[in-house]
Amino acid sequence: MALDRWIALIFVTFCCAYGYLAFFTMDQLLPPFMQRNPVWPSTFPKILSVLGVIVGLIVLLGFEKSKDEAEPSATEINYRRLQDYELGRALMLLGLMVVYAISLRPAGFLIATSVFLIAGSAVLGERKWHVMIPVSALAAGGVWYLVQEVLGIFLRPFPFFVGN
Amino acid sequence: MLEGIMIGLTAAFSIQNLLMVIAGCLIGTFIGMLPGLGPMSIIAIMIPVAITLGDPTAALILLAGVYYGAIFGGSTSSILLNAPGVAGTVATSFDGYPMARKGQAGKALTIAAVASFAGGTIGAILLMIFAPALSSVALLFHSAEYFALMVVGLSAIAAFAGTGQVAKALMMTILGLILATVGEGALFNMPRFTMGLMDLQSGISFITLAMAMFALPEAMFLVLNPARGSNGQEGGSGKITGLRFSRQEAKAMAPVIGRQSVQGFFIGVLPGAGATIASFLGYAVERNIAKGEEQAEFGKGSVKGLAAPETANNAACTGSFVPLLTLGIPGSGTTAILLGALIALNVTPGPRLMTDTPEVFWAVIISMFIGNLVLLILNLPLIPYIAKILSIPRNYLIPFILFFTLMGAYIGQNNATELLILVGLGVMATIFRFADYPLAPLLIGFILGTMLEDNFARSMQLYRGLDFIIERPMTLALLVLALLLVLLPSYRARRARKRAEGVADGD
Repeated sequence: MALDRWIALIFVTFCCAYGYLAFFTMDQLLPPFMQRNPVWPSTFPKILSVLGVIVGLIVLLGFEKSKDEAEPSATEINYRRLQDYELGRALMLLGLMVVYAISLRPAGFLIATSVFLIAGSAVLGERKWHVMIPVSALAAGGVWYLVQEVLGIFLRPFPFFVGN
Repeated sequence: MLEGIMIGLTAAFSIQNLLMVIAGCLIGTFIGMLPGLGPMSIIAIMIPVAITLGDPTAALILLAGVYYGAIFGGSTSSILLNAPGVAGTVATSFDGYPMARKGQAGKALTIAAVASFAGGTIGAILLMIFAPALSSVALLFHSAEYFALMVVGLSAIAAFAGTGQVAKALMMTILGLILATVGEGALFNMPRFTMGLMDLQSGISFITLAMAMFALPEAMFLVLNPARGSNGQEGGSGKITGLRFSRQEAKAMAPVIGRQSVQGFFIGVLPGAGATIASFLGYAVERNIAKGEEQAEFGKGSVKGLAAPETANNAACTGSFVPLLTLGIPGSGTTAILLGALIALNVTPGPRLMTDTPEVFWAVIISMFIGNLVLLILNLPLIPYIAKILSIPRNYLIPFILFFTLMGAYIGQNNATELLILVGLGVMATIFRFADYPLAPLLIGFILGTMLEDNFARSMQLYRGLDFIIERPMTLALLVLALLLVLLPSYRARRARKRAEGVADGD
């Protein structure tokens, strides 16, 4: 089964779960006065879940014939050859983004950002530390200045123990 | 109308807003040139900046400038590197790149700039004529018609998705609508589908979703496949000289520009069609019209072949503002993002926009003229310098793209959980891209979801049930149209297949 059908299968399952929530769990919470309304909070989700299951099944069962498989271009991504690509690097960058998200508050913006930028380019294979470190530090400082001073949005610059 | 134009002129010509146009065009050109970053990603990244400006006029002017700049920047990388940063400029590379190979890169860029300018300007004039007329019609619409109109818009976007893609596009639209039901809506004052998580109480932020749908998958694709967007990297550092084109070439281009401005504009007005279809269609039409020798020239560096898609895509970009400004219904991913930004700034686009906040409406249109002018006279001479950005090593570029994506989601919400949601949705979007699912319908569905439900609920309440469909003929007609739009492509495909089979049997 091709990837697009797997996605359709997951989507149908998701719509069933969503529909279950809409059909069987939402209306009990409804206060009596709202039950006289022609529209309930669950009305729209109910319609969506039914439509979603129908459309998902159309994709899943392949009712709509797709165009003939064109020759994939060199720059487009073909998921069947995923292992030929730099999958490891992509996953490492994703991991790095998660780490950045978690450490942004405790480590402070300047440190977290510099480390993220340096580690990001290192993951991609850059080894010129004498360029990477100053560029990352400058960028972190510059963006912090722009966001905090020019846009006026508070960003904690230093780690939590420094205090400010 | 004259009064409106005057209001727009005074608003657009304030020093702040002039700076916004210039800054927007420059930033757009700068980033739009980078391979893989389309106007949608750029606008998504710029939204937090625009929202913090606080002034809706300035914000919209900035974003529109970025939009134009990005398209222009995309043409630049198509011409110089044969690496279109945007789908809308793919047709530009057909003739632009051969010209650059012949050593006429400067001329090709000038033609692209002049054609874009003409397309954008004529588009803006058409917008000035059609938008007020359309909004006075739209004022007659009730919530039932709005509901039906949005259904038509969403179906049209799916119907234009291409052969074999309609069901997938519909699936993405429904997923977007489903995502829009998460959180506490204004309509019912009760949280829905939050799974007890506080962070989902206010729903999913549309900036996060936009970043996750467009910027993140592009960056991931750049990492996965280093060949992407780097073919002929050396072209960027080459000297760009000889910006002039001859009088004869101007004469050849003029009718092309005239035709394509109008055609591109009207294609842009259609929801879901947009700049990409306009540019390909413009190219195809001009190639068919051209005679003998000129036709053979197409694909080998034809002046007409370069001017046609460039004019058409800019005119289409302007045209896509018509449904946004008059009906409040975005027809493309980019205008959907702009709509999200406007709602965040407390401006509701729609037929009342022109009467309630005329300064926003007219300032945007006037700034389109200024933006086009800025692109022509400011960007063109700077192109040789801006093109240097094409030689930034990707090892530095990609971490920065990821960082700006994260920052965009973070400063909008000031919430680190948002970043985790962003990464999660981004991974999902990347997998969708692998499987060839279109992502713009998802975002448009998400942004329209709340409005769709609002209008649906309001008409249900007014008519005490589904009677509004029958009692309002316009609503019924629109809903039937929506159904036809969805069913027509599959019907036609089936008939074509039947006919092909019949021929085979006949043999």
